[in-house]
Amino acid sequence: MNAPVIEVRDLRKTYGTGDTAVHALRGLDLTVARGDYLAIMGASGSGKSTLLNILGCLDIPSSGRYLLDGIDTAEFGEAQLGILRNRKIGFVFQSFNLIPRTSALANVELPLVYAGVRRAERRERAMAALRLVGLDDRAHHRPNELSGGQQQRVAIARALVTAPAIVLADEPTGNLDTRSSQDVMGILDRLNASGRTVVLITHEDDVAAHADRVVRVVDGRVAQGVPA
Amino acid sequence: MRCTEVLAFAVRGVTANKLRSALTTLGIMIGVASVILLIAVGNGASQSVQQSIAGLGTNVLTISPQRAQPGSSAKELTTADARALADPVEAPAVRSASPVASTSATAAHADVSYSISQFIGTDPAYFSTTNSAVAQGALFTADDLAQGRKVVVIGATVATQLFPSTSPVGESILVNNIPFTVVGVLAGKGSSGLQDADDTAVAPLSTVQNALTGYGSLSQIVVQATSADTISTAQAQVTTILDGRHKVGFGQTADYRVLSQEQLLTARTATTDTFTVLLASVAAISLLVGGIGVTNIMLVTVTERIREIGIRKAVGARRGAILGQFLLEATMLSLFGGLLGVAAGFLGARFTIAGITPVIVPSSVLLAFAVSALIGLFFGSYPASRAARLRPIEALRHE
Repeated sequence: MNAPVIEVRDLRKTYGTGDTAVHALRGLDLTVARGDYLAIMGASGSGKSTLLNILGCLDIPSSGRYLLDGIDTAEFGEAQLGILRNRKIGFVFQSFNLIPRTSALANVELPLVYAGVRRAERRERAMAALRLVGLDDRAHHRPNELSGGQQQRVAIARALVTAPAIVLADEPTGNLDTRSSQDVMGILDRLNASGRTVVLITHEDDVAAHADRVVRVVDGRVAQGVPA
Repeated sequence: MRCTEVLAFAVRGVTANKLRSALTTLGIMIGVASVILLIAVGNGASQSVQQSIAGLGTNVLTISPQRAQPGSSAKELTTADARALADPVEAPAVRSASPVASTSATAAHADVSYSISQFIGTDPAYFSTTNSAVAQGALFTADDLAQGRKVVVIGATVATQLFPSTSPVGESILVNNIPFTVVGVLAGKGSSGLQDADDTAVAPLSTVQNALTGYGSLSQIVVQATSADTISTAQAQVTTILDGRHKVGFGQTADYRVLSQEQLLTARTATTDTFTVLLASVAAISLLVGGIGVTNIMLVTVTERIREIGIRKAVGARRGAILGQFLLEATMLSLFGGLLGVAAGFLGARFTIAGITPVIVPSSVLLAFAVSALIGLFFGSYPASRAARLRPIEALRHE
């Protein structure tokens, strides 16, 4: 195995200043190896969402080092972080975050458009991603014409269409019923089985059970000595 | 990332919410159209005033009575004054001086009745002085004046009101219940700003004084100078004669007023200029209100879509791509609305509005279009650029 995909050292994130400052992360260390399947668990306010947002380059840490695929993200500007999000990261949100009034296919194509992929190839790859999540027959439906589970599967298709180094999922089953949750977790399992690195946040033990490894975050740090 | 992709996003953004796009377009359209149209109306009014006054000729002086200070013995303008002004020895620069008695009168023919705003009694020279041409029949003659015949020449508006289908020449009309024979119809002169120059009827002075106004004062004396070059000489001679006849001493205010067409033009132009400024300010307000409406919709549009901006950034959109998309959306709406507004303005200008034929001022088209487009662009792009600067997570959390 070569260098880890994610290497986080002494990561800190503080919101606000002075007396009202909230320390979401207080010196967190984490290493995720290539091909890993990691579940992050923790109580509300433990900082796990903040961690995942920083891992996804949606937010920047107050201090600490974050190496993504061996690259130190602190040296990156706004534009380069955009490229990083586009090429290396696939992010799945709890609330799906599809663009409304836009077809499933167009939503999945979106990262490829910003990556500068040509139309024909884009269409082909987006359809392949939709086929992978079993929604190629719903390609021209709009988000409001799809069920929650279907919307989340479209969001997963969008996350993996650029063939990213890691797929990050923030409570991907949080808004879904049991049946849809199983579908979504099945897809993530298959992604990991085909070699993709997957990191997800969850509250639910049976979702965490899909992962190879579980990390608990308590008060902005990784709790020590908890077996997977 | 190519420009065509950004354009495609923008088109999709505009068409995604058709009602909102249509309302934005409508706001810009109304603002632009009202500015173009209202300024065109003001401009049309002032142009028609200038044309109608210029049509009167440049060698005409109008003398009208003016109330002098209380206590002084103001004399009225009389027919004798007019005769004295026409004296070739005393006033060699004057070609003719027509006494004018004018009143309003109700004319009736068959069962149609019409109120003529200017019923004028004068002499035949009046027609050449005021550049009035006859369209049908003939003008009345010096003999008609001497005999006091009840004949009348009517303006085009009066002719169409009283005789919608038949020829008026030779017909009899009742003016304030006194029968007059129509001998001719004047050629149309069109509206002079707020007044219809064709809403008139002209009869011999003797007849009008006898039948309608009485032998009192004249409302005007219209003087024609021998040429446009002698107009100031004629004005001096007229003033000398009238001062003598009315016993206006040196330094006293005269009980009459002599106006040349040039002075009349200046006075009327000032009036219509005020009118134009008034209309332009109304138009400016409507553009402002339209602009605020557009601003509002643009702000709402962008605020509502900050989350979408967050999603786009999360999947790797650059700030430039997002800005470009919103800028293009705003441009499309502004341009489309502006073009529709220009079209509506031009269409509206083809109709006569309150008796005025609008004349479009090209600079107003440009101004209205530019202002509305800039409002749309600024308020479409400014909030978008602020949103594009947010970190993706901040934009995503926005509700």
